[in-house]
Amino acid sequence: MTSGVLNLVLKRLGIAAVTLLIVLFAVFFATSMLPGDTASILLGQAATPEAVAGLREAMHLNDPAILRFLRWLLGLLHGDLGTSYANQMPVAALIGGRFVNTMELAGITTLLSVPLALTLGITAAMLRGSLYDRTVTVVSIGVISVPEFMVATLAVLLFAVYLKWLPALSSVNEAHTLTDLVRIYAMPVITLTFVISAQMIRMTRAAVIETLSTPYVEMALLKGASRGRMVLRHALPNALGPIVNAVALSLSYLVGGVIIVETIFNYPGIAKLMVDAVATRDLPLIQSCAMIFCLGYLLLITAADVVAIMSNPRLR
Amino acid sequence: MTIARATTSRRSFLGHSYSLVGIVAALVILAWTLVAILAPYIIPHSIGDIVDDDYFGPMRQGLWLGSDYLGRDMLSRVLMGARYTVGISLASVAIACFSGVVLGMIAAVTGGWLDICLSRFLDAMNSIPSKLFGLVVVAAVGSSIPALILTLAVIYIPGAYRFARALAVNINTMDFMTVARVRGESTVYLIGSEILPNIIRPVLADFGLRFVFIVLLLSGLSFLGLGLQPPLADWGALVRENIGGLPFAAPAVIVPSLAIASLTISVNLLIDNLPQKIRDRDA
Repeated sequence: MTSGVLNLVLKRLGIAAVTLLIVLFAVFFATSMLPGDTASILLGQAATPEAVAGLREAMHLNDPAILRFLRWLLGLLHGDLGTSYANQMPVAALIGGRFVNTMELAGITTLLSVPLALTLGITAAMLRGSLYDRTVTVVSIGVISVPEFMVATLAVLLFAVYLKWLPALSSVNEAHTLTDLVRIYAMPVITLTFVISAQMIRMTRAAVIETLSTPYVEMALLKGASRGRMVLRHALPNALGPIVNAVALSLSYLVGGVIIVETIFNYPGIAKLMVDAVATRDLPLIQSCAMIFCLGYLLLITAADVVAIMSNPRLR
Repeated sequence: MTIARATTSRRSFLGHSYSLVGIVAALVILAWTLVAILAPYIIPHSIGDIVDDDYFGPMRQGLWLGSDYLGRDMLSRVLMGARYTVGISLASVAIACFSGVVLGMIAAVTGGWLDICLSRFLDAMNSIPSKLFGLVVVAAVGSSIPALILTLAVIYIPGAYRFARALAVNINTMDFMTVARVRGESTVYLIGSEILPNIIRPVLADFGLRFVFIVLLLSGLSFLGLGLQPPLADWGALVRENIGGLPFAAPAVIVPSLAIASLTISVNLLIDNLPQKIRDRDA
């Protein structure tokens, strides 16, 4: 690896850091525009104007927004996420356990969907134009074209209502045995896997097809290499970069997916926490959750970019 | 040169054969558009009237799509829902694409610091997951119809910008652009008469894709209860309010989902089946 690639990668990481700062700023301002005065919401309708003014003072709500933003940022650097307005608990404590739950959901989904999607995507590209390829393509377009909640709804209808295999709602606390665990995670994971895999299949298929149309693959074909050898030996190693890129990009759809899936299945993760926080106008909580999501999203798309840079021989 | 291109493209446009799938998809889109316009005149019952003694009633004569969780006529509600889903999405996508494409062309033609600043800023906006963005902004500015339209438009401006800029940068290097510059044409003329005619077809295909994204996001937000507020209901809100019928597989929860799917899948299929010439980036 030469310094050229290193520079490009460092530059990409720098852009990601600047982007994160802009995003945090945007989220902070959007949330400080939330309707209603936090102090009067906290104290309720019976509060005297003096009490509200006192609380505003104590919570630094009178300071200019930029000052509050810097203070919040400084707190972040110390690992202090602030205190929830709604129940006076430290935000870190509220998020902690739920973060683990969301990561479990995302992790299991990734473990399931990556092998599934790669197998389907690569085989569809190999058998391009066959009935199998067309079926895979049509189904994945279908899944991409409908909202996540519809995939979830259909999954509930199929597995919980008609087949009665699985419960429709999740409650992680009730898990005692392995079968319990499978039953709880099944519905959210199935839904997310569908959503993520559909994206990944399409991108993987496109990447492999592009490699298959290159001159050296044609050469391998002319030399008499078998179809399997042509794909596995000649095309795949070169399509690896685009495929990893596709995987990272598809995984970034997890961020949008979990928001819907956690809400519909009542799964105790940070997305559910955030939707609830929006309802109660709990600014510190919204900001922290939004930050975690944006961070995860940025990490994935930056990883995708870095892989794309590294896998390009012209830059290496 | 531009004039010559335009005339040839129109002739070949009419001469193209369209696939059957594309025609069916176009008909579905046309049907939903008509429903969106005519909904108030064709609904059999008022959307607020309780017409069924039973809730989550099955499909039967008179109540062709059953009844919802309060016993209201589902057919009327879905037809009226088309109005909000199609109308709001169309308004947002029009604003998003117009602003994005104009900004993208200006950035490509002007170049320099304006291009760099706009691109950096909009790329940063693009790095906020759309659902998260929608969630925070809608919570901040509320869910009135104008607020929703603007929010959805703002979320999708960066994407439209990026797409149009990438196309316009290629056109910008052409000889006729240099000639026009030497003639001393204004930026308005450059983007309106030289660039736009050369990128309009892929931009229209992008318009369709972005429309699908917006329908999906609007439905998602409404499903979370942050989109259109009662008594108004778009398709996402209809799924949300009738989600209690899921265990009985009530038509009230399935039909609005199918309505969304029929619209978004049709737009995707129509774009996929457009003649190559219209769809391609380098048309």
